[in-house]
Amino acid sequence: MKDTSHVNALENEAIYIFREVAAQFEKPVLLFSGGKDSITLVRLAQKAFWPAKIPFPLMHIDTGHNFPETIEFRDRLVKELGLELIVRNVQDSIDQGKVKEETGRYSSRNSLQTTTLLDAIEEFKFDACIGGARRDEEKARAKERIFSVRDDFGQWDEKNQRPELFDMLNGQIELGQNVRVFPISNWTELDVWSYIEKEEIEIPSIYFAHKRKIFLRDGLIWSHSDYVYQEEDEEVIERMVRFRTVGDMSCTAAVFSEASDISSVVQEIRDSTISERGARIDDKRSEAAMEKRKQQGYF
Amino acid sequence: MEVLKIATAGSVDDGKSTLIGRILYDTKSLTTDKLEAIEKTSKQKGYDYLDFSLATDGLVAEREQGITIDVAHIYFSTAKKSYIIADTPGHVEYTRNMVTGASTSQAAIILIDARKGVIEQTNRHFFINNLLRVKEVVVAINKMDLVDYSEETYNAIKADFEELMSKRDYENQNITFIPVSALKGDNVVNTTDKMPWYKGGTILEHLEALDLAAVSNAGTPRFPVQYVIRPKTDEFHDFRGFAGKVYGGELSVGDAVVALPSQTKSKIKDIYFNDKKFQTASRRSSVTITLEDEINVSRGDMLVKADDLPTIDKQFTATISWMDSQKLAAGNKYVIQHGVNKVLAKVDCVHHRINPDYSGIDESIDALGMNDIAKVTFKLNKPIFFDAFKNHRTNGSFILIDSQSNNTVGAGFIQE
Ligand SMILES: Nc1nc2c(ncn2[C@@H]2O[C@H](COP(=O)(O)OP(=O)(O)O)[C@@H](O)[C@H]2O)c(=O)[nH]1
Repeated sequence: MKDTSHVNALENEAIYIFREVAAQFEKPVLLFSGGKDSITLVRLAQKAFWPAKIPFPLMHIDTGHNFPETIEFRDRLVKELGLELIVRNVQDSIDQGKVKEETGRYSSRNSLQTTTLLDAIEEFKFDACIGGARRDEEKARAKERIFSVRDDFGQWDEKNQRPELFDMLNGQIELGQNVRVFPISNWTELDVWSYIEKEEIEIPSIYFAHKRKIFLRDGLIWSHSDYVYQEEDEEVIERMVRFRTVGDMSCTAAVFSEASDISSVVQEIRDSTISERGARIDDKRSEAAMEKRKQQGYF
Repeated sequence: MEVLKIATAGSVDDGKSTLIGRILYDTKSLTTDKLEAIEKTSKQKGYDYLDFSLATDGLVAEREQGITIDVAHIYFSTAKKSYIIADTPGHVEYTRNMVTGASTSQAAIILIDARKGVIEQTNRHFFINNLLRVKEVVVAINKMDLVDYSEETYNAIKADFEELMSKRDYENQNITFIPVSALKGDNVVNTTDKMPWYKGGTILEHLEALDLAAVSNAGTPRFPVQYVIRPKTDEFHDFRGFAGKVYGGELSVGDAVVALPSQTKSKIKDIYFNDKKFQTASRRSSVTITLEDEINVSRGDMLVKADDLPTIDKQFTATISWMDSQKLAAGNKYVIQHGVNKVLAKVDCVHHRINPDYSGIDESIDALGMNDIAKVTFKLNKPIFFDAFKNHRTNGSFILIDSQSNNTVGAGFIQE
């Protein structure tokens, strides 16, 4: 029988994109959040360049409000794979007075990341930032190119994007511009989970069902934590939950789940009818929320 | 999992968004929160049915104007296949988006409003999908509910469309006609009892039955080198791997190959995918190839089988689709990106432009504007290694880049 284990259209496409980045740009960086999508990116990058090391560093924009499990995981992964990791902190941007901490019921550091990210891009003169965004996540993302050009101010001009034909990726830019690259643009949430299962990729424990102190608000499950604003009358309860995305603690909601291993998680996603971003509190603020943030330079 | 990419084409209000929304709804691909958002917005707008078009219309500006203005990608899957729909607009000035969408698709759905029949724009939709050699075309004759599901209407439209087909260049394109109502869901995913005279399958049944290997255009194997992997570690001290994607056909260990442009001969030693060795690299796989001999190969070079060389030339003629507001004229210089190879090019001659209504050609034109499709000869500063587009969809296509703005300003399909 013919061995076709390397024939996975999405994987081949992602590997192709990684190689284009390495060849077309001087200073690429992989934006690493510690979430499953960026962990998947790391695996794909390894495959793209084996037996050489991944020819660019990872960068984490740390809101300071991450799940401790994610940070532990990040540091271990970087060490095991011998990768270079850059960390830039939102707290520093706050201390420097560049951004102001949000307050109140829906306060989150999620949107503050943009400033820290743009500063870091300038500091290191990165010309390509690789991210794990997928077009199926959200309507505005469905229009992103695989190579999306950002201007000097990190802004996205969604009406004036370069057409992408066949496999050809045009990464030509001017000094000061940079390109956001999305190697897993065409993957769905289920594709990512199935890949993690097939490749036996390790992911942070919070993706699996665990007992957690939570409270309910607006039909969403919030983590009880110092970082999350909570009203007096919002009662803390303990339940089995897991996370479908892991962003900042203040903007990531959990789902009730008993799925404690990868195959039951994949099964649950297969059966589920709530889209992944339904669990991202920041998108609920308004239907056009994501698009507005993207225009301002959010990832 | 197999992935089928589909481009859609239709004029404004033919029901493209409704059709896509209907497909998502009937394949249970709409999530609860999306469905709720659609129900809520439909109600706000005072509709008495669900406006499925809301499932796809992405950007704020579009929601305001109520039309789709760019390429959006929609994902759904069945037990058999994963589907990616590139939703491309039908608006007159957006030929470029349709060309873009069709370039990455193996199938296309062309929509026709049964009340209007074949109109000028249908011509364009068909022409572009034929020009880009999209293998499978479904002609969905929509809004059948508004013409009493009439067989005569369907047959008349079909006959008109077949008239267009008689002029086509790419004759091996498979064309299937299906009468549907996107709004009511007839013949989209589910069958219907409204049109007993129609004996064929639904749109989804048709797509499900497509054999992916057969719909993606084969050719001879071409291996453009993207990147050279040199680990320079103790363990892999002498490793020189050529990383790239295989197009057109397969390559196997032991194949006699020639590296272009140097024309140096060698043999394939190993084929790696990640750290595993394979005997054969399949079409469209991203592999790393090592050669028996130490020869000089760098990005932009190409490995091909020794007995099957492409054309190597500093000049070629192509059909181009112009996508920029700045005009293309003889004497202009551009960067041509052919696969992963870049060369400088000068427009030698604009031979003719295809009339916007596809009625014929206009030889008097010497500058091209946005959305024009024309026959152009280019001269290059160094040779490239190409095949005619009709023989090789990948190695016969290129993009034009404006070296001032860095924008992608056109796409080309090499004739000779
Ligand atoms: N009666 C009927 N109306 C339809 C059908 N398909 C679409 N429409 C209506 O036609 C209008 C335009 O549809 P839309 O999907 O927005 O068209 P688009 O511009 O091609 O995306 C909307 O009012 C739809 O409800 C159909 O099969 N039957």
